[in-house]
Amino acid sequence: MSAPILKAEKLTKRFGGLAAVTDVSVDLYIGQVHAVIGTNGAGKSTLTNMLSGDLPPTSGSIHYDGHELAGMASHKISRLGIGRSYQKTNIFLPFTVFENVRLAAQSRHPRFWQVWRSATAFADINASAERAIVAAGLAAKRDTVAANMSHGEQRQLEIAMCLATDPKVLLLDEPLAGMGPAESERIVELIGQLKDGHAIMLIEHDMDAVFAVADRLTVMVNGAVLETGTPEEVRASPMVQQAYLGDSFATGDLHV
Amino acid sequence: MNKTSPTLLAVMVIVVAALAAFPFVGEKFYVQLVSKVMIMAIFAMSLDLLVGFAGLVSLGHAAFFGLAGYVAALMSPQYEAGNFWTTLPAAMAACAAFALITGFLVLRTSGIYFIMVTLAFAQMLFFIFHDTALGGGSDGIYIYVKPEMMLGDIKLLDLENFNVFYWLVLGCLVAVYLLLRQLLRSNFGHALIGIKTNDHRMRALGFPTFRYKLAAYVMSGALAGLAGYLAALQFGFVNPEILSWHTSGNVLMMVILGGMGTLHGAVVGAFSFILLQEVLSNQAFFGSVAKHWQLTMGLFIIAVALFLPKGLAGLFSRRGEK
Ligand SMILES: Nc1ncnc2c1ncn2[C@@H]1O[C@H](COP(=O)(O)OP(=O)(O)O)[C@@H](O)[C@H]1O
Ligand SMILES: [Mg+2]
Repeated sequence: MSAPILKAEKLTKRFGGLAAVTDVSVDLYIGQVHAVIGTNGAGKSTLTNMLSGDLPPTSGSIHYDGHELAGMASHKISRLGIGRSYQKTNIFLPFTVFENVRLAAQSRHPRFWQVWRSATAFADINASAERAIVAAGLAAKRDTVAANMSHGEQRQLEIAMCLATDPKVLLLDEPLAGMGPAESERIVELIGQLKDGHAIMLIEHDMDAVFAVADRLTVMVNGAVLETGTPEEVRASPMVQQAYLGDSFATGDLHV
Repeated sequence: MNKTSPTLLAVMVIVVAALAAFPFVGEKFYVQLVSKVMIMAIFAMSLDLLVGFAGLVSLGHAAFFGLAGYVAALMSPQYEAGNFWTTLPAAMAACAAFALITGFLVLRTSGIYFIMVTLAFAQMLFFIFHDTALGGGSDGIYIYVKPEMMLGDIKLLDLENFNVFYWLVLGCLVAVYLLLRQLLRSNFGHALIGIKTNDHRMRALGFPTFRYKLAAYVMSGALAGLAGYLAALQFGFVNPEILSWHTSGNVLMMVILGGMGTLHGAVVGAFSFILLQEVLSNQAFFGSVAKHWQLTMGLFIIAVALFLPKGLAGLFSRRGEK
């Protein structure tokens, strides 16, 4: 296996006295889905926030493609090719689906000074927006105002916006939460397709989805890594089995 | 986002045509009143770019308005005409520079802090001109002769003629409206509206939102400078009052009254505010209450804020766009 595209080492985040994440290291590889699981409050979203620059790490480093990301502003990290979706839906509610995704695609072609051209007149931006909308399964909702959509559809929009920025690394924070079974299946399938050519970190509670797509798995407990390895290794880990009190985890059911 | 309906477009064409024709029928007093209104409309539109589109509520916009006026006055020889082609760009450039420098600081704050810091910068300018001899202290400076607009040896426009000056102001109003409208339709404008809606998400998508806000702030300051320059010429003097927080408050009220985030709302707001002020403070209509016109105006603005959240312009669009 080649070198990881993103290598996070000993990341720590403290909020005042609370250590939300302690000494967590993760490696992400192109062509692989790295799933991160753990109970609520384990620090998974905080880890994502540090990788995306939403939060600066208290300590630790993040190497990506020759850059050090720790402490870098989120817009710069995004422009280097790291895209993310949010667990708590974070979209432009008053805009239509197309306008949400078009804005995401615009960030790759800002054309700050071309003020004499209308924003909707750039064929390349429109095309990447349309592609992302279709990939996330929102073609039928293209002109619906985001605020008027169901929670599940808003989750799909989160993913479409992430895709429209054409990232190399995707950080997906519980993308399936709140989606219906059909949409979930579609997104899992999409993640499987995106694997080719992308490095994906997937935070997810749905164990069926995790075992369907994950190449590697990290289990977090109380802000620290309990175990990391292939799904088989993690499943067989006595520490993990102990942490989850019994063997319900081994049968693929981890709803805490 | 920001499409102009055919009805609105038709209304605008009619309004501009009516404004252009007004000097042929209106008396001098009214021509100058409408000219003042149009200057304030430019001022209000420049503020709407910040408040209505970038989501930055400034209570210090008078800083730019007043600064441009002082630049115009200081650059005009006392008893001769200044040069329009140098004084106007200088006034607007001074405002842009002031916006660029202060913007680096004020745009690091948001919400109530943004309001306080913009106010503080405007007050600093107020006291600089009020308490030092630089701009004539609290008496200000007179502009006895309006700048000349020369093209070679030809006087392009005679700005001393109040009708000509009126048409110049109208031309500026239309130009600023069209400029801002196009700006807001561009990638830049869409990003600005995105930033107003969800700044954090815009950053996560890769937009350097600070730079966008700074560009809007500089643009807004320069256009407020255009309004301040025209106002100084029209009134023929500048004094610290044009930098005061009353001026900032009035223009903010115009934007809110007309409806934020529509541009034409700012124009409607400026017209309603100044015409209301004229009517409410007129003893022929309101007798002894006229002295307390600010009270009646306050009640009116409270009523608009409560019952017309989209401002007076929202009345048109609701009817026009059905
Ligand atoms: N911005 C914040 N300020 C203070 N505490 C936070 C903040 N974000 C997360 N936390 C705390 O950090 C811990 C980890 O949270 P989080 O990363 O959201 O966990 P997970 O995503 O695994 O459910 C929790 O105890 C949470 O309350
Ligand atoms: Mg979380």
